[in-house]
Amino acid sequence: MIWVNDVLQGILLGGLYALFAAGLSLVFGVMRLVNLAHGDFSIMAAYIALAIVGSLNINPFYTIVLVMIIMGIFGYIIQRGLFNFAMDAGPMQAILATFGIAIIIQNLLLEGFTANSKGLDAGSIENAFIRISDQVVIGWFPLITLIASVVVLLGLQIFLGRTRLGRAFRATADNQRAAQLMGIDNRHLYGMAMAFALAIVAIGGVFIGIRTTFSPSAGPLRLIFAYEAVIIGGLGSLWGTLVGGIVLGIAQVMGDHIQQGWGMLVGHFVFLAILAFRPQGLFAKQVQ
Amino acid sequence: MSLLELDNISTGYGHFQALFDINLRIDEGETHAVIGANGAGKSTLLRTICGLIRTDQEKVRFDGQAIGDLAPHKRVGLGISYVPEGRWVFPSLTVNENLLVGGHSRRTGLWTIDKAYETFPLLARLRKRQAYSLSGGEQQALAIARGLMSNPRLLLLDEVSLGLAPVVVEKIYESMPAIVDAGTTVLLVEQDVGQAIKFADRITCLLEGRQVLEGSPDEFSSEQIFAAYFGV
Amino acid sequence: MATPIKVERYTKSSRIALPVTAVVIIVAATIPAWGSSNIMKQGVTFLTLLALAQMWNLLAGYAGLVSVGQQAFVGIGAYSLWVFSEKVGINPFLCVPLAGAVAALFAFPTAGLAFRLRGGYFAVGTWVISEVYRLLVTQTSWLGGGSGVSINKAVQIAPSTREAVVFWWALGVAVGAIALVYLVLRSRRGIALTAIRDDEIGARSLGVNVLRSKLWVFILAAFGTGATGAVIYLNLLRLQPEAGFSLQWSVLMIFAVVIGGLGTIEGPIIGAIIFFVLQQLLADYGTWYLILLGALAALVVVFARRGVWGTFARRWPVDLLPLRRRLCLETVCFTEEAPPAAPTTASTPPEIPGAAESEDTQGTDV
Repeated sequence: MIWVNDVLQGILLGGLYALFAAGLSLVFGVMRLVNLAHGDFSIMAAYIALAIVGSLNINPFYTIVLVMIIMGIFGYIIQRGLFNFAMDAGPMQAILATFGIAIIIQNLLLEGFTANSKGLDAGSIENAFIRISDQVVIGWFPLITLIASVVVLLGLQIFLGRTRLGRAFRATADNQRAAQLMGIDNRHLYGMAMAFALAIVAIGGVFIGIRTTFSPSAGPLRLIFAYEAVIIGGLGSLWGTLVGGIVLGIAQVMGDHIQQGWGMLVGHFVFLAILAFRPQGLFAKQVQ
Repeated sequence: MSLLELDNISTGYGHFQALFDINLRIDEGETHAVIGANGAGKSTLLRTICGLIRTDQEKVRFDGQAIGDLAPHKRVGLGISYVPEGRWVFPSLTVNENLLVGGHSRRTGLWTIDKAYETFPLLARLRKRQAYSLSGGEQQALAIARGLMSNPRLLLLDEVSLGLAPVVVEKIYESMPAIVDAGTTVLLVEQDVGQAIKFADRITCLLEGRQVLEGSPDEFSSEQIFAAYFGV
Repeated sequence: MATPIKVERYTKSSRIALPVTAVVIIVAATIPAWGSSNIMKQGVTFLTLLALAQMWNLLAGYAGLVSVGQQAFVGIGAYSLWVFSEKVGINPFLCVPLAGAVAALFAFPTAGLAFRLRGGYFAVGTWVISEVYRLLVTQTSWLGGGSGVSINKAVQIAPSTREAVVFWWALGVAVGAIALVYLVLRSRRGIALTAIRDDEIGARSLGVNVLRSKLWVFILAAFGTGATGAVIYLNLLRLQPEAGFSLQWSVLMIFAVVIGGLGTIEGPIIGAIIFFVLQQLLADYGTWYLILLGALAALVVVFARRGVWGTFARRWPVDLLPLRRRLCLETVCFTEEAPPAAPTTASTPPEIPGAAESEDTQGTDV
């Protein structure tokens, strides 16, 4: 029965990872950019939430919409102001530019907030739980996170499938020059894609800030988890990303259960195993 | 004033010059075919007009406006639509979605999704299919229909017959009258000289990037066209 | 009468630069005789940074492999140093090349996994793998676990001797790294690399074994990085997994190469100098030197792709090391256009049907 609890906790954790992974996946799908600053953006979102909470003294949940807007605007600006040019320069240049930004953000946050871990206090909900049995417990907050992540993915699916902008995203992902011939301004579109990705990652950042503590150097690990979730799930599949996140979550929870401190390592092993034996991921979307 | 005016176009790719001093005037409502052998520069010409290749502002004028260095997506808004060589349909999108994206620019006019299905009945059956699963001829029909969805004043067709069986090409050209009757100006590039002559009001022949012949097809004998095409 | 055609290697500038470099190296080697302990420590910091930068440049600038996980080999080299000196009893100074060899061995499985990915995904993949090494070491108690180890056998050596030998080793790896890159590029493999860098598919069609060339470069870079890692920790003496496998090593390497100039041998030298100088100048301002360098790196990589050296070399064509072959007719020599500073790493999913266009139309009115 303990294992059931592990699987359950893993699923709940997976929802959180899926939130991080969705943004990464969207950006890569639309513009073939692997944003090495992705994790650091989520930390940035958590610190913005912290700043708002600090000055307005409200529950962090209420900051989410505002943080999403701020991060969205920031994402649009940095895409059009720097990353678009980096992508023009070449794929290698693009990766390196995002790496530079990652380091800048980490160190700016360090200067601004010191290296001490911080947390977002959401009150009693953090510890509330539903008891299913003696060993199986579902925390309310992780459940809310999972629901939020499913809602976001659903929203993303509807957006991509049924809206004009969403179709433009998919068309650009298929063939960006053909998309231009349809009247789609790809520089603006890339900006929008990054804006969306950062708005989604803002949700993840605030949620993880509530769930656990964060510090300026915590970004890279988030990036790694997001990226592992995407690879495990399979490039190009939105729901595959959720599954990938869940697989990773379960691996980590079970790993910690086997031996405290082994969680991350087991997660990495699962990732490497997928890479070795099924590199296209569990749900690879092949167009051809 | 012509709808499209090209002045001394000398564009190319990197260090390779593909066109040498091309001058062209296309009137509204005209159908114009550009013929020539492979590598003659025909596609380069269309790509210069649609914006995939940029040049000096004044060298390309559309309805009086200098657009030579305008980005391709902006030219769509003005009424230029390019159906590329190789079709470039969006493979993961369905036929219907491809058409919807074609209408992204929200230009209104005669062409709606329904009219597209009316003009290209074979697409109506394939509405929900993802474009990558279509045959060459079906993709070509889709590419043209998609190009019409922006209700262009000038439609640029690049090698629609490429890679298609003659009987399929015939079918494609059967839909042309509907396009022309709608008032669209059509500039097409064709390797199939026979089709080009049948279809167009005027033709231009390119040889190694230079204009070697221009005028109405009736003005020339087949020998003259042959000579111009092959440069003998 | 046929004009004699020659293929020339040496340019005027490289004829001067080589002897000058030799003099610099000889002078540097005498530093332990007259320099203070502090100067030697700084020297080691600079020289090892230079070596790391050269190795990263070999990977990224010449083979097109952007790795954000080279710290794996720094850590592996450092821990090899400890294992061989502490557990096997080999003189710590002799462990440097051994550390390199161990790192090279670990490069095989690393490449086996990482090479399944391309472009940005390769970059993060190398990062993940380096994290795995770090975590494994942290969980292994006989390697000292999370609290780390001291390079005791080195500590036991008299400071003046130790500092001198470590300095010479640092000089050795720096010069060795440069020499290694130079030799690789002069060889047939090197020309293959340049071909791959310029056009991978074209190179493959000519029979170049792309995979093997990249693997070979990856192994060599791991060797160099591992040996340098050993030298770094011969200097620092205290080793913990978080430091040995820290992302900071990649930050140093990447910034130095990007700012100095990707794809040239001189570039990383300039970059290492700039990095080192800024680090010293801004030492009192905490992390601002990293913020500044990050901004500089991001801007340089986008707007001045060839880095400081590349931009300089374009205006005043200078070749300090004779690498390019030029065609000479009598007295006139043709320099081919400078190769692009960075290769294209294609991270493309399968190309769409019908997308037959190959040319990037950059709007040329020729």
